[in-house]
Amino acid sequence: MNRTKYLIIGNSAGGFGAVEAIRRVDKSGLITVVSDEPYPAYSRPLISEHLFENRPIDKMLFRAPDFYEKNNIQTILGTTVEKIDTQANTANLDDGTLILWEKLLLATGGQPIIPQMDGIKANGFFTFTTLNDAIAIDQYLPKVKNVVVIGGGLIGVSVTDALVKRGVNVTIVEMKDRILNTLLDEEAGALVLSKLVEKDVRVITGRTVTDINSDFTTEIVNGVTLDNGSEISAGMVIIAVGVKPRVELAVGTGIKVNRGILVDRTMQTSVPNIYACGDASEAFDFVYGDNRITPIWPNAYAGGSIAGFNMAGKKTEYRGGTAMNSIKYFGLSITSAGMVSPPDDSYEVISNKNGTNYKKIILKDGFVTGLIFAGNIESSGIIFGLMKDKVNINECKQATLADDFSFLSLPEAIWRKRLEDSFIKPVAEAFGGGVRQ
Amino acid sequence: MKRVLVNEPVCMGCHLCEVYCQLNHSTSKDLIKAFKKPENQTLPRLRIEARNPVYFSLRCQHCADAPCISACLTGALSRDEKTGAVINHEEKCIGCWTCILACPFGAIKQDALHHKSLKCDLCQGSQIPACVDHCPNEALVYEEVTEVAGK
Repeated sequence: MNRTKYLIIGNSAGGFGAVEAIRRVDKSGLITVVSDEPYPAYSRPLISEHLFENRPIDKMLFRAPDFYEKNNIQTILGTTVEKIDTQANTANLDDGTLILWEKLLLATGGQPIIPQMDGIKANGFFTFTTLNDAIAIDQYLPKVKNVVVIGGGLIGVSVTDALVKRGVNVTIVEMKDRILNTLLDEEAGALVLSKLVEKDVRVITGRTVTDINSDFTTEIVNGVTLDNGSEISAGMVIIAVGVKPRVELAVGTGIKVNRGILVDRTMQTSVPNIYACGDASEAFDFVYGDNRITPIWPNAYAGGSIAGFNMAGKKTEYRGGTAMNSIKYFGLSITSAGMVSPPDDSYEVISNKNGTNYKKIILKDGFVTGLIFAGNIESSGIIFGLMKDKVNINECKQATLADDFSFLSLPEAIWRKRLEDSFIKPVAEAFGGGVRQ
Repeated sequence: MKRVLVNEPVCMGCHLCEVYCQLNHSTSKDLIKAFKKPENQTLPRLRIEARNPVYFSLRCQHCADAPCISACLTGALSRDEKTGAVINHEEKCIGCWTCILACPFGAIKQDALHHKSLKCDLCQGSQIPACVDHCPNEALVYEEVTEVAGK
């Protein structure tokens, strides 16, 4: 039996955030990281770059290659945790190893949703969330001229962006009436759509794929059938209809699980000494004031940091995160955060469209609850910061819409206070980030 | 750590800080080439904020609690443990602009040509940042500051 003080399951943003935080507090306690991926921690969003420009793994690493060794971290990579026992504090790995831990972090991430339909076992059917997915697509791509991407969300459009740069024809099939509907409003979504159309991407909305078609004898994908019966021929099908939290290790162990693993503000689950973070968890969202799934890299890292500090005995509370995305397809920059559309009439929406620049801010009683900036995005962080810190901007909301809006457009009392706030240190020293109470 | 502070009443918004910032971050370090030769072109990593009567040159504040670092998708942004400066390691930056969304000052710029985020690095390796060094009336000062503990 192996013993470790800290067992971290998952080696992406959340797990890595925890490892870095633990080492800030506890320089020597044994940390063991287990991941079913065989690679050192890499930047998952860079898999698009891997696909379109063959960016090598050593240029995708999140930290220097000697990070684990330097920080005395034991890694067990390419190995899956099969079971955890929350009474005995153990974990069973698929290679037969049994690990006894004192503190456990479930940073297991999300997994692509694959609806049950014919053809999902055929050759030429892929998902796009890991480096191995990108490698598999890359290797298969020379055989392919036409690709169908099912789902027009962030992952679907990202893989489309990469595939277009590789010179293949892409058709996106989106179930809802517009692409990127959870990230963007109609206006900003239309800007991305026009860029896609410019690049000859075919976008079909309001339709679902009912079957992946494949050759009967070779079991090689040759297209899809839509719910209206029409067929699209394609040598490759990529499914990107969403990700769901990977919670199977927690289910049935006494750890409370909703859609994701539930955590408190210290990122601890309902079972003491067991923490969760990132895409696997439902953590605090400061816009909604409630626990939600926000499967994005920055929140995974920040939540992982908080988990790490608390696991190492430094009590710290998560301020919360919210959805925040920046997209940059085909030279178009768009940032969005918080709510994309107001949930009811009690919210105020202000916006300004000027050529290719577009801004929208959603407010409730003078407080920002959501934003979208397209085109000139350089001042979007000012609004995001005001949303995060709950600063009432009622008196200056019109100024925020101006094309030349900048930091000094804010009322003097607000900008002076915000400059002063930049001197406030986090309660627990992370690598700089997001953990002030 | 040391930070660049602005003595607002004596800032005239002359933009020399911008000029010398751009020059110091150019590959040529030559005043003419840095602004004329397209292949050498970079952007100033600060901006002049003018809202009469306040003039201000604004750059990365190297926040004690820097939200850009944990927002960075690639690990390009990190804090220099010796100087405390928040540094964008441009070889790792892909220009995803997530840090721009995270920056409460709007102090990070897009270099759309090279797909890199540009931010103040306090002129790493220099005793004094170029903007401070060339401020004609000492409106910019480079001083040790005290960071305060969070509540």
